[in-house]
Amino acid sequence: MSPKRIVLRFGADISDKPVIYRLVKDFNLVVNIVKANVNPRKEGTMVLEITGEQWDQGLVYLRSQGVAVQDLTEEIIRNEEKCVMCGACTAICPTGALFLERPSMEVHFDGDHCIVCQLCLKVCPMRAMEVRL
Amino acid sequence: MEKTYSEINARIKAGKAVVLTAEELISLVEEKGLSQAAREVDVVTTGTFAPMCSSGAFLNFGHAKPRMRMQKVWLNGVSAYAGVAAVDAYIGATELPEDDPLNNNYPGEFRYGGGHVIQDLVARKPVRLKAVSYGTDCYPRRELDTTITLDDINEATLFNPRNAYQNYNCAVNLTSRTIYTYMGMLNPQLGNAHYSTSGQLSPLLKDPHFKTIGIGTKIFLGGGMGFVAWHGTQHFPSIQSGDGKDLGPAGGTLAVIGDLKQMNPRWLVGTSYVGYGATLSVGIGVPIPILNEEIARYAAATDHELYAPVVDYGEAYPSRTPGNLGYVSYAELKSGKISISGKAVPTAPLSSVPRAREIASTLKEWIQQGSFLLTEPVQLLPAPADGRTANFLKG
Repeated sequence: MSPKRIVLRFGADISDKPVIYRLVKDFNLVVNIVKANVNPRKEGTMVLEITGEQWDQGLVYLRSQGVAVQDLTEEIIRNEEKCVMCGACTAICPTGALFLERPSMEVHFDGDHCIVCQLCLKVCPMRAMEVRL
Repeated sequence: MEKTYSEINARIKAGKAVVLTAEELISLVEEKGLSQAAREVDVVTTGTFAPMCSSGAFLNFGHAKPRMRMQKVWLNGVSAYAGVAAVDAYIGATELPEDDPLNNNYPGEFRYGGGHVIQDLVARKPVRLKAVSYGTDCYPRRELDTTITLDDINEATLFNPRNAYQNYNCAVNLTSRTIYTYMGMLNPQLGNAHYSTSGQLSPLLKDPHFKTIGIGTKIFLGGGMGFVAWHGTQHFPSIQSGDGKDLGPAGGTLAVIGDLKQMNPRWLVGTSYVGYGATLSVGIGVPIPILNEEIARYAAATDHELYAPVVDYGEAYPSRTPGNLGYVSYAELKSGKISISGKAVPTAPLSSVPRAREIASTLKEWIQQGSFLLTEPVQLLPAPADGRTANFLKG
């Protein structure tokens, strides 16, 4: 069974509780923490990959603790306001999802070819590429 | 056939001037031949939009109450040089916040710097101004923490000591590790090749002998009007003989000046290079008066006739080892693939061709509408024949 990818959002009131420990121990789940962040207001965000038979009961538990749970449907989007169509991303994008159309030399983004490797987020000089969860 | 600036300006005022972008001139020359095109055309417009280090702005904040002789100044946490006068400062495009992690977590992100401060100012966003001083009898104040906008302050003068490089290296990486440079991320073993001019639209590639561009030339700068103030720093125009590779590796540059208050954040964009630093992308367009056929011939140069040297940024460039890996034309570079040592290497520009076209078209419109007249330079910039060459530091 392939892991389920979910996004968790914790309010300030529960971000110091050991909910992931309980998730692992009580529901016998294998978890991989892909991303975790606590902002200055003590609100937390976490991206998890979970594997295990009782994953649905695990989600019920998380919700009972006040954790907001969403499926991870991560995609890359281009901020059209910020993109200046320089082309700096086009020889780096591994799948050609970002490409130059010739002879206009305009930069196009084909989301269908994007594998969300996020290299473009790093190399875009205008920080025009964004990840949307 | 010779035309003068005043004859061309008279035709602009009468709404009769023939103005073409550099790319339109190329098409006209193909269609009608050089002599006919030179007779018909009055002005050719050029454009470039790319990261241009050596940019910045002089700001005069006005006086606080009580008065303060600002000794150190920060704008949104980015230090501006205040050793100019009591309330004058220069914010440089590549300055970084003092608490920036830099390359400590390599490669650093450099999300915000002086170029971004300039863009925020031009976008009319509030900018936090902090200053400290030691206090004097006439300027007693020692600390200031306030907010400014571009409209609040007295003057904001964009003054870029080196912009609009005539030509530039095509950067590659021969080493076995990924490198992060001001030419972008370069993959190992010739994984990609980055270049940064608009080629046949690029201002100084269209007047390589500086027959028309000089001190006082009025230009498109940052979305508004500006002027060529001087030759830029590292202005080393050079012409190589033979084999059609007419231009030197970097060539001439421009120092440009203009009132920041009439510019536009679309054309002054804060820019971040992962692992390298922050800078400012600047839009510049220079009008070239077609005074004679020779000037038309240079202005009509195509991507097939303009070449960039290919340089290894893994070893040769950082160690200042001279030489290059050969030359490639801008036509080859824009095709998306070049061949280096028998290997096909994908290319990508750092300089936006769509934006360069937009600048050349906008400048053309301004001239056609009669709102932008040409200025005859007070003095032309040093030409290749003047033989300026680079000095290097000892040590």
